[in-house]
Amino acid sequence: MNDSTTREPSVPVASAAGGADVPKAYRYRSMERLLLPGTSAVALVSALMGGSLVVGMGLAIIGLLAFWLLTHSRLSAALITGYASTAAAWFLIGELDAGNSPGPGFWLQVVAAWAMAWACVEQLAAINTLSRFYQLLLNILIPLLFGLWLLILWELLTRGLNVPQVLLPSPSLIAERFTESTSILWADFQQTFLKAVLIGYALGCGSGFLVAVLIDRSPFLQRGLLPIGNLVSALPIVGVAPIMVMWFGFDWPSKAAVVVIMTFFPMLVNTVAGLSAAQPMQHDLMKTYAASYWQSLFKLRLPEALPFIFNALKINSTLAMIGAIVAEFFGTPTVGMGFRISTEVGRMNVDMVWAEIAVAALAGSLFYGAIALTERMLTFWHPSNRS
Amino acid sequence: MYEALTTQENQASAVIDIAQLSLTFPTSDGDVHALSDINLLINQGDFVSFIGPSGCGKTTLLRVIADLERATAGSIQVNGLSPAEARLARAYGYVFQAAALYPWRTIARNVALPLEIMGLNSRDIEQRVRHNLELVNLSGFEKKYPWQLSGGMQQRASIARALAVEPDLLLMDEPFGALDEIVRDHLNEQLLQLWAKTNKTVVFVTHSIPEAVYLSSRIVVMSPRPGRIHDIIDSDLPRERDLSIRETPEFLALANRVRDGLRAGHSYDEVA
Repeated sequence: MNDSTTREPSVPVASAAGGADVPKAYRYRSMERLLLPGTSAVALVSALMGGSLVVGMGLAIIGLLAFWLLTHSRLSAALITGYASTAAAWFLIGELDAGNSPGPGFWLQVVAAWAMAWACVEQLAAINTLSRFYQLLLNILIPLLFGLWLLILWELLTRGLNVPQVLLPSPSLIAERFTESTSILWADFQQTFLKAVLIGYALGCGSGFLVAVLIDRSPFLQRGLLPIGNLVSALPIVGVAPIMVMWFGFDWPSKAAVVVIMTFFPMLVNTVAGLSAAQPMQHDLMKTYAASYWQSLFKLRLPEALPFIFNALKINSTLAMIGAIVAEFFGTPTVGMGFRISTEVGRMNVDMVWAEIAVAALAGSLFYGAIALTERMLTFWHPSNRS
Repeated sequence: MYEALTTQENQASAVIDIAQLSLTFPTSDGDVHALSDINLLINQGDFVSFIGPSGCGKTTLLRVIADLERATAGSIQVNGLSPAEARLARAYGYVFQAAALYPWRTIARNVALPLEIMGLNSRDIEQRVRHNLELVNLSGFEKKYPWQLSGGMQQRASIARALAVEPDLLLMDEPFGALDEIVRDHLNEQLLQLWAKTNKTVVFVTHSIPEAVYLSSRIVVMSPRPGRIHDIIDSDLPRERDLSIRETPEFLALANRVRDGLRAGHSYDEVA
């Protein structure tokens, strides 16, 4: 895609640069040639094979229109295809809601709408002439559109093909279950995320960091403790979780303890590595200033260790989620995300399991995102973050 | 102020006094004699250059003065103290081969770093930072980060950082080695002006003959294996000089003497 964008600068640049020249014929990229006329052809056939006449003709016309519009403005072509494909998808889902059994015309229209959405994302991804703000907006819009179409296809396929709910419920069913049981989901979220994950994470990362700073001055402890830490990190949580339940009881402290065990070692190893990351010359510099141990720790070695520490924080955010949820499979009060998943799966309420998974994915992403954002702010100076 | 009153007496007093100093690094293939039988007296206000091929111990000698290495035999005094005591008394400013600025600190905060460690109050720090950045022509770059500046500017910032400590003794380890010729000439000129203005003692490591001759009041020619002093040349060039002095016969004569000294050191090496 890179070379094609350099070969053919998008329309605004071309028109600005070569305004006086005779405009050159637009050179379509192979994907454009395939997707847009292809969409029109499939849509046309779909109308003949019993699909909705409006959707079929509409998609066919808009496909050709976009194909022509492309040579003038890539953005308008993208907007029109994006709008048309989403409207078509909306209509197709409405068909299923109305209880019409899908025929070949329906499926061809699904294919046509999907191909048009693909063309839309293709066009959006090829735009590189917007201002920084709009480019940023585009960077959010593209994955959103991509995700939306994943859900649309999931919905159309599961419902159109009558996939048994136990195997894979449709997104609308999961969303329905989600909105119906927000109070249960919130209670589970509180129990698992706000208590076990966050407290365990803070204790595990905090103690890993402190121990790293403490053993940093003692080669004996580094040699003795690091291999043992390695051993601890290799312990399977499946084995540790029941023992933690025996030690700390059924409620969240035993889950937090599992999280502590899982997050302690990555933080320890990363901080120890980070503390020795400073160059000898920088140590010499501190020595010429007659800096104390604590001064060189706070002014040189900890800032130098920050990228390593954030690495551990990010790894641990995922580990903590996994640890807390899986630990609940081994004895828990009747609340918690892991508990809910294991019991609802037993009762064949797979939509509830998916709703919990959605909560976990959302919480995990936000957690990770918050850490990554803090990292960007604090390690802006690191070569990998410099703008 | 004290310094200004007693400049006359200080002129003759030894800042660095090295006698029969040796340094041996033990390695698995036997001992490496990095420095052997060094005798050197450096007075207040001297500009002394150590010149020699790589491996002659010029940087090691500077590091011994700075207490970044310990001598294995002989004696050394800095301001009448042992190097360790002098370091703890912050008797010198040290400029490294690379700027070694901290990327998470702005230029102003980098220059402030030693002052923060010394525990100065923020008003003094601010004033000294401003003054020293002016001295190296970096006013207006206070809020920039090191990686936004060119190599020459970074090295100037690191010199400002060493000067901010306000030491009487400046130790410089090939500070301009990584810079291009034009920038290097410019910084040499600035350094010389600074030296003339402040009567500081400067010990300067280099492997460039013109740089050594242009800057120094004394040139210490060193040779390798074992690292030792081959010759000490007193410069008769005037203290006030500019770059045009490099075309004069006096300058060329000095440069030739240094070159001969370096050659002699090398030929010994080849025979051995």
